[in-house]
Amino acid sequence: MPGPLLQIAHLRIAFDTRRGNLVAVDDVSFDVHRGEVFGIVGESGAGKSLTGQAVIGLLEPPGRITAGRIRLEGRRIDNLPYARMRRLRGKQIGMIFQDPLTSLNPLYTIGRQLTETILTHRNMSHAQAREHAVRILSDVGIPAAEKRMEHYPHQFSGGMRQRVVIALALCVNPKLVIADEPTTALDVSIQAQIIALLKQLCEKHATAVVLITHDMGVIAEICDRVAVMYAGRIVELGTVRQVVKHARHPYASGLMGAIPSLRHRQERLNQIEGSMPRLAEIPAGCAFHPRCPEAFAKCRRRRPHLIEIQGAQVACWLYGEKA
Amino acid sequence: MTAFIIRRLLQSVFVMLVVALVAFLMFNYVGDPVNQMVGIDTSFAQREHLRQELGLNDPTLVQFARFVGHAVRGDFGLSYQHKRPVADLFKERLPATLELSLVAALFSLLVGIPMGVYTGLKPDGWLSRIFMAFSLVGVSLPTFLIGILLIFVFSVILGWLPSYGRGTVVAIGGWTTGLLTVSGLKALLMPAVTLGLFQLTLIMRLVRSEMLEVLRTDYIKFARARGLTDRAINFGHALKNTLVPVMTITGLQIGSIIAFAIITETVFQWPGMGLMFLQAIQNVDIPIMSAYLILVAFFFVVINLIVDILYYVVDPRLRVDTAKANGHA
Repeated sequence: MPGPLLQIAHLRIAFDTRRGNLVAVDDVSFDVHRGEVFGIVGESGAGKSLTGQAVIGLLEPPGRITAGRIRLEGRRIDNLPYARMRRLRGKQIGMIFQDPLTSLNPLYTIGRQLTETILTHRNMSHAQAREHAVRILSDVGIPAAEKRMEHYPHQFSGGMRQRVVIALALCVNPKLVIADEPTTALDVSIQAQIIALLKQLCEKHATAVVLITHDMGVIAEICDRVAVMYAGRIVELGTVRQVVKHARHPYASGLMGAIPSLRHRQERLNQIEGSMPRLAEIPAGCAFHPRCPEAFAKCRRRRPHLIEIQGAQVACWLYGEKA
Repeated sequence: MTAFIIRRLLQSVFVMLVVALVAFLMFNYVGDPVNQMVGIDTSFAQREHLRQELGLNDPTLVQFARFVGHAVRGDFGLSYQHKRPVADLFKERLPATLELSLVAALFSLLVGIPMGVYTGLKPDGWLSRIFMAFSLVGVSLPTFLIGILLIFVFSVILGWLPSYGRGTVVAIGGWTTGLLTVSGLKALLMPAVTLGLFQLTLIMRLVRSEMLEVLRTDYIKFARARGLTDRAINFGHALKNTLVPVMTITGLQIGSIIAFAIITETVFQWPGMGLMFLQAIQNVDIPIMSAYLILVAFFFVVINLIVDILYYVVDPRLRVDTAKANGHA
C-alpha cells in the first residue's frame, strides 16, 4: 500500500529580519492522501498561506524553511535544486491563487497561456496542446471554449477568470493542488459554484487538494480532513466531522461558533475576543491563552503539543495532565 | 481604432497650428524682417515698397494663413543669412541629423533595455551595482562634457576617431548617408554615443524599475507556480508588461534626441540641423529658426502618434471596441 501523497514533518518557516529571526510557521506536520481534500483554516497571519507556498517551493525571501521535511510520494522536495523544483511545479503540484483578476497575464490570450503551460510540461505538438486546452476550458465550464481561447483576461468576468485559473492549474493533471483562498475575492453567489467545480474536477482526476481558507463554511462543505492553525501552529487536526461538529480546542470551537446557522436562531454570532498576536509578540505557553475563556495556570507556562484523542489531534492542556 | 486615430490626427493638427503661430509671431516680434533684409542706405520709400510687396501690411490673420499655406507646401522663405530657400538648406542637413538621432536612439535602446532587464532580474548582483553606478554618471554628466571627454580620449590621446565632421558621405538620391563608408561610421560613433548616453541610462533605469514592479505581480507568481521556465517568465511575461511605459518614454526621448542634437552637433561640428539652428540664432536668421521650430514639433507629433498606435498593438485592454463587441460572460 502506497504511503501518503504529501507528508509534511515538523515544518518551520522563519523570516530573517532586522529584529531577529521571526518564526512564522512552527512544527507543522500533516499528511495528505491521494484524492483527499485537506483543509487548512485559521485567521490571517496564522501561517496557512506560507505552508502552502513552502510546499510548492515559492516562499518569498526573506522567508525560508529552517527545519522539517516535505515529501511528495516519499521523495523529499523541500531541498530540491531550483530547476528540478520548477519541473515539479504545475506538473505534480498546481496552485490556485486568491485573486483571479490579477492571476492572469493581461497581455496574452488565455489560449496562449494554456498552451504555453501544457507545452512546458508535455511533449506535444502545438495543435495537440491547443486541442487539450480547449477540452480543459470546457471542462471548467466555459461556454464556447474554442472561441474563448482567443480572448484576453479582461474579457472575462471574475468567476469566469477563476475558472480559467483552475483550468491553468489543472491542465497537466497534477497530483496535488494547493488552493489558497480560491473564493475569497469572488461574489458569494459564485463562490459555491467554484468550490463545487473544484471538488468535481479533483474527484474526476483523483487530484488531492490542500484548501487554504478562513471560511469554515467552505471547509465543512468539501473537505475530508482539516487542520486548524493558530499563530503558526496546528492546534487541532481531524476529520471534518470531528473538527466541525465536535471541536475540542477552544479556538477551534470558537471558530465553529462563528458560523451562522439556519437551524438555531441567534441574535448575534459568537465571537472570539481579541486578535491573533503578531509574530514578534507570541506569548509564552499556549499562544492562544490570552484569548482563551478556559485558560488556567499551566496554559501560561507551557506550550501544549498535539496529542491524539479518538483519532483527532489537539494541542490543548484541557486534554492532558492539568498540573 | 480608426476613430481613435482620426481623433489623434485632429489633435496633432491643432498642436501643429499652435506651434506655427509661435513660429509666425517670431517674425513680428523678434526684430523687423525688412530691416534684416535691406542695407543701411535703403530709403524709407523703398522699405515701404518692400513691406507692401512682402505682404507685411496685410492683417495679421491673413499673413498667418499665408504663412501656414506656404509651410504646408514646405516653403519657409529665404534664409536672411544664406540668401537661399530655407527648405533647401534643411534638405541638405536633415539626413545628418536624422542619421545621428536614429543611431543614438538605437544605441540607447539596444544597450539600455538589456541592461535594465539584467539589473531588474538581479538587483543585488555586483554587475547590477556597476550598471547602476554607471547610470548615475550618465544621468548627471552634461552632454557637452561627455562629448569633450570622448574627443579628448579617442581623438586627442588615442587618435582613433575623428573629432569633428561626418567623414565621407555617399549620396543616394537626395539623401546623403555616412553609414556606408568606414570614415562615415567612425565619425558617427562618438556623436551617437554622446547623444544616446543619457537616454540609455534613462531607459535602463526605467526598464529596471518596471521589471521589479512586474515581477512582484500575481500573474508572475502564478506563471512560476505553473512551472514555466525562467526565460518564458522573464522575457515572455515580465518584459512585455514593461513595454507600455518604456514605449512612452522612448517616444518622448526620440523627439528630444532630435531636438537636443543641437549640443552634440555643436561639440562635434556635425553638419546637421542643430548646428545650422545655432548659427541661425547668432545671426537672427528668423526663417531658419521658425522652420526648425515647426520641423521639430512635427517630429514630436509624428513620433507620439506612432507610440499611441503601438499601445494598441501591445495592450489588448486598450482595444475597447473589440472588448465591447465580444461582450462579457
